[in-house]
Amino acid sequence: MLKRSLAAALLVTASLVPAHAAKTTLVLGMAVEPPGLDPTVAAPVAIREVTYANLYEGLVRIDREGKVQPLLAKSWEVAPDGLTYTFRLQTGVKFHDGTAFDSADVKFAFDRARAPTSTNAQKQIFAPIDAIETPDPATVVIKLKEPSGNFLYYLGWGDASIVAPETAENNKANPVGTGPFKFKAWNRGDRVELVRNADYWQPGKVKLDSVTFRFINDPQAQVAAVRAGDVDAFPNIGAPELFADLKKDSRFTAVAGNTEGEIVAGLNNAKKPFDDVRVRRALMHAIDRKTLIEGAYSGFGQPIGTHFSPNHPAFTDQTKAIPFDQAKAKALLQEAGYGNGLSLTIKSPQMAYASRSAELMAAMLSEVGVELKIVPTEFPAKWIEEVFRNKDFDMTIVAHAEPLDVDIYARDTYYFNYKNEKLKAAVAAASKTPDEKARFAQYAEAQKILAEDVPALFLFQLPKLGVWNAKLKGLWENTPIPSNDVTEAYWVD
Amino acid sequence: MLRLIASRTASLLVTLLAVSAAIFLILEVLPGDPAAIMLGTAAREDTLAALRLELGLDRPAPERYLAWIGGMLRGDFGISLTYRMPVSTLIAERLAVTIPLSLLAILISTLIAIPLGVLAAARRDGAADRAVLVFSQVGVAVPNFWIGILFILLFATGLGWFPAGGFPGWQAGFGPALKALVLPAFALALPQAAVLTRVTRSATLDVIGADFVRTARAKGVPAGQTLRRHVVPNALIPVATILGLQLSFVFGGAILVENVFNLPGLGRLAFQALAQRDLVVIKDVVLLFAAIVIAVNFLVDIAYLVLDPRLRSRA
Repeated sequence: MLKRSLAAALLVTASLVPAHAAKTTLVLGMAVEPPGLDPTVAAPVAIREVTYANLYEGLVRIDREGKVQPLLAKSWEVAPDGLTYTFRLQTGVKFHDGTAFDSADVKFAFDRARAPTSTNAQKQIFAPIDAIETPDPATVVIKLKEPSGNFLYYLGWGDASIVAPETAENNKANPVGTGPFKFKAWNRGDRVELVRNADYWQPGKVKLDSVTFRFINDPQAQVAAVRAGDVDAFPNIGAPELFADLKKDSRFTAVAGNTEGEIVAGLNNAKKPFDDVRVRRALMHAIDRKTLIEGAYSGFGQPIGTHFSPNHPAFTDQTKAIPFDQAKAKALLQEAGYGNGLSLTIKSPQMAYASRSAELMAAMLSEVGVELKIVPTEFPAKWIEEVFRNKDFDMTIVAHAEPLDVDIYARDTYYFNYKNEKLKAAVAAASKTPDEKARFAQYAEAQKILAEDVPALFLFQLPKLGVWNAKLKGLWENTPIPSNDVTEAYWVD
Repeated sequence: MLRLIASRTASLLVTLLAVSAAIFLILEVLPGDPAAIMLGTAAREDTLAALRLELGLDRPAPERYLAWIGGMLRGDFGISLTYRMPVSTLIAERLAVTIPLSLLAILISTLIAIPLGVLAAARRDGAADRAVLVFSQVGVAVPNFWIGILFILLFATGLGWFPAGGFPGWQAGFGPALKALVLPAFALALPQAAVLTRVTRSATLDVIGADFVRTARAKGVPAGQTLRRHVVPNALIPVATILGLQLSFVFGGAILVENVFNLPGLGRLAFQALAQRDLVVIKDVVLLFAAIVIAVNFLVDIAYLVLDPRLRSRA
């Protein structure tokens, strides 16, 4: 009895607490659980979606506009020859275990990433490094073997996070960084919990006291969790067919932004008939991107005409280069000697966007006399082996999730089997040009070459369908870098 | 009794060994390189080689098989390739969801099915019988995950009585954890209850028609008492067999329901491990499923002994 009246009293007190104290906890939903919490030893995007900017920090960071901003490095100078980078570090920064951050940690983190035993998924970021010097605890000098135009940008990736020698080995299960949130618990299969780092070097920077990442794979379950209020935000929800309903619901903010993922139907360019540019162009002319996006992603998603993210400042729209034109497609096929029809196969992974796009493409291609057979495959396991490594395919379809990955078309060993010296020259020039304007001009050139040469059918940018409580502010609309940065998130009344 | 247990244990070990060899061979021929999956498409050859070395994937197959079996015998289930933590810990965390969920589902299923089945048989062709038949027909036809989706729409997003999914963990307290399991347990239980109801009904009808029941009634035993003392105990033997099968099914087959309710159970662990080719986890979990099926069958055999005195004297 006493207990009950006590509980009642507590309830009354709780309801008397002023309502205008804004909430400081956040529950954020993600589709995929990360397999570990160390972005410096594995590729999965889900790792970055928990840790980027929240747990770990790099010398620099990529902001919501896709631009490079200082972070652990407060400033830097690049020598005129583009070979020497001098970084001035923040002082008074501590790792979550209490040890101090200084230039030795930067040297350790980068040496670890470029060592022969390193399992860093983006080891090429560190390939240009010749030597790392630490003249004093607050200065790092990085000498490059050759100029690298995107070096600073790449240092903003999760793969270049700064980790400490004392704790790096255990970061997979017990991450220790310098970020505004520190690791609290991981209930595998369900959630990762972070709490505010009271010793953060930018006091007052974050408003939230705790962030919980919940992993909900099933799209229906994701929407149910949002509607039931079990999660406050789902930055990239997997149910495009329900997104229009969520947009109409005034309890939520629903924003369709862009990810870094270009959905392309890759062609095996070394194989007949794809070695003929007329066939590639004909296939592209036969695709009505707008209808495809309508069917494959309920109309959300930006059509693309080349392989370059609209989030990147160097983006140019190339969708007009080879527009939807069935007559032109037929004429080109006739010219290439396939006037009587053509039969192709597409290896289509299980993701809904891929299998739906493949079905729509089959219907569109049949209108110009091309029969497209759909062969299901499993991503990533089987696809990486069959398509990516063994190149045993005609056509395939996946989203390429890495930011700034136009250089894949310049790699001889890449699964497209594509060789184009003009493109290689443009990509190489861009990667060696430190001057931003000149570099972006080279990227524009590369985008144009790809749009006209069609080594893959460029379909659409995978959208980021974000939905969150209308009282929650500060989340990102686009993801120029794979992340769920909650450092600027806050609640209003 | 002891002899039975000894022979069952021996057959359990032989079966497990055969299962272990089969699962190992299947995973050997299954396409997919765990290192390539972890490191993605940008990884360089030397990086892949470094990770394979770290994970021990470079060693020859027979050596890896023996290391796995040897480890199991010592109680070492190995380290997960993706989570990089002991598989025994991972499995234990998942069992803390899957075992209570399965037992709760079977309990609900039994509590629904046996009374309904007996009632239907006792009122054969009556209105109650017809109603029960309709329930079991619908229950058999509707998949459990779909019931789950309906439950979420009604009780979670609609009425807000239960969470829409997820599992807070037992450390959050008994109440919240149990609350998270109620809807999925009912979703799992209803189709099972439908099957079990039909089995109970027909088993009861078989026994009702038997000579000894007629004799009991002729001796003047009241109908209710005949049902309780003579009919139901005999009818439970086939019911126990089906219940055993259902327990194995619920244990391993809850994956769709776990997916809909986003529960971190054993089925989801197996599915996730397969997608990421976490070979160590897949092997251990499949072997565990096999062990559970065998163990449940063993328990069902024991249950026969308890339910049927004739078998007891023979054993």
